[in-house]
Amino acid sequence: MNNLLDSFSNFSYRNKNFIFLSFLILPLLWLGIVYLGSLLIFLGHSFFHLDGFTGQIVYEFSFKTLIELFSSPANIDILIRTVALAACVTIGSAIIGFPIAYYMAKFTSPKVKIFLFIAIMLPLWSSYLVRVYSWKLILAKEGIINWFFEKLNLEWLLDTILSTPVIGGPSLSISYIGMFLVFTYIWLPFMILPIQASLERVPNSLINASHDLGANKRQTFYKIILPLALPGIIAGSIFTFSLTLGDYIIPYIIGTSKFFIGQAVYTHQGTAGNIPLAAAFSLVPIVVMVVYIYIAKRMGAFNAL
Amino acid sequence: MLKALNLKNINKSYGPIRALDNINLTASDGEFFSLLGPSGSGKTTCLKVIAGFEAPDSGVVSIFEEDVTNIPPFKRHVNTVFQDYALFPHMNVRQNVGYSLKVQKIKGSSMDRKIDEILEIVNLTGYDLRKPSELSGGQRQRVALARSLINKPKILLLDEPLGALDLKLREKMQVELKNIQRQFKITFIYVTHDQQEALSMSDRIAVFNNGKIEQIDTPANIYSKPINSFVADFIGTTSIFDKDSAMKLFDLDKAFSVRPENVVILETKEDLATINKQQYYITNGTVTDCQFQGSHLKVTYLIDDKCKLRVFKSLEGNINQKYDINTKHTIAWRKSDITTLNE
Repeated sequence: MNNLLDSFSNFSYRNKNFIFLSFLILPLLWLGIVYLGSLLIFLGHSFFHLDGFTGQIVYEFSFKTLIELFSSPANIDILIRTVALAACVTIGSAIIGFPIAYYMAKFTSPKVKIFLFIAIMLPLWSSYLVRVYSWKLILAKEGIINWFFEKLNLEWLLDTILSTPVIGGPSLSISYIGMFLVFTYIWLPFMILPIQASLERVPNSLINASHDLGANKRQTFYKIILPLALPGIIAGSIFTFSLTLGDYIIPYIIGTSKFFIGQAVYTHQGTAGNIPLAAAFSLVPIVVMVVYIYIAKRMGAFNAL
Repeated sequence: MLKALNLKNINKSYGPIRALDNINLTASDGEFFSLLGPSGSGKTTCLKVIAGFEAPDSGVVSIFEEDVTNIPPFKRHVNTVFQDYALFPHMNVRQNVGYSLKVQKIKGSSMDRKIDEILEIVNLTGYDLRKPSELSGGQRQRVALARSLINKPKILLLDEPLGALDLKLREKMQVELKNIQRQFKITFIYVTHDQQEALSMSDRIAVFNNGKIEQIDTPANIYSKPINSFVADFIGTTSIFDKDSAMKLFDLDKAFSVRPENVVILETKEDLATINKQQYYITNGTVTDCQFQGSHLKVTYLIDDKCKLRVFKSLEGNINQKYDINTKHTIAWRKSDITTLNE
């Protein structure tokens, strides 16, 4: 028995791939079947279509559903609306997140850093729904923001903002501005943490070297710090962008009556039973993300990695 | 002589730690000036104060008679070669070297010419488009050097620039650095913990210990006339006799040190007869260690059960010579070869 164990241990030491594979097989199966497999099957449905009369799914390969998606102006509106909001949320998160991440990476003591980490993560530990509903109350006409503007006699300012076409609305809680605020709030940690990690890896000596070579703070920021933090910003933006593209709860609770991709998917696969169209809608964020990452890579965003 | 650099009463503390304790030094134009000391002695902090990365708590930094204490690093006409080279990882060799020209908005053919010129001086022609990650340690070191030299600074600060290189490469770069310094007539402020490097390259050396400068002098004087036991011990190999032993063994009222190459081993009575006893200190020791060093033997003796004495015994003529441990010998050195120490 001992002998057998012995030769097994010798064998596995010499054949490292064997041990490696035996540990990896379960996670690989999980990733391959449960994760990617089901996703691919679902997305594959976008190449089937719904029979107009019977309401049954026709399991034949065709582009009918995809053509339907892109030929309907209402659907195009949904896609543009969602992608535009996701882009705004991403840019907003980056603008708010970068200074915080920079401060955490370069200026804090270890104790303050841990405190800030917890402060940033803390909201993630409470329920997403609770937080979104709280925002509904905060942004509502009777909410604290309105109250605040009233007290400062700045109602006219809020009214001016809300009367802006497209992004305005009857109140913050029923407008794109409100959605932008809530999305930015909800996804901000996913932007801060990758940027912080990438800035943490920029040695201070590089910043000193830049100053030493005559670059002032602004030049150092644009030529050294920003390019080196770019992989982190891209990583963060992949989170905020894709999470916004797929979300349906915030548009449902905060938004106007106009649909976003997530809501479209939810309705089509649920009540309407149009799984092919739901699948076609879900295909869009994935394609957008692939294109986005490809462009980022071509522009050299990952060169500093 | 024009004063290239002057530090006056510089103090710098990090919390309770005094990193720089009343530092005063002056380097002349074109001088190769080394800051030598063990790690944590304050020499790198001193360099950062000169470059402007750290502000001193008190004191004045002057560069060519101009007070720059409160001037940010990007407005000081000094450049630095960093210990870790600090090459920008997202830029290729050419972009790294041309960085300071770019931020000064120097463009086109004059930029290209300057970059080509400096790359040729450091022997990196043809490596223009490589990224720092695709270079060897020695090549990175050259890029860092070229980058800091391209503006022909009046003062170049070097923070242990050869520390990460292997011995052969280090010796080669020592020669090249010295040549560049002569060629460009730049003042070098050179931080190192390697006393051999400091001795062989410098015009003058400041020996740092615990945030203080112990001694500033030429390499020859630092070596032959160390001011105290720290300097004597830190520079080269030396054997120190404290006050009690000096009194007991040699009737001297001060501690002293003696260099290993100045000690002679007198194995036989005939050997003993060859020296003039008036001019030598003579004592007996027991061999505790004997190492082959190529050109010589490094022999350690124990004298009077407590003093360690190191001796370099030349091996000319008899390469296979060695001493067994616990052998007893008479050893002696010239009275004029000792250095009396103040502490």
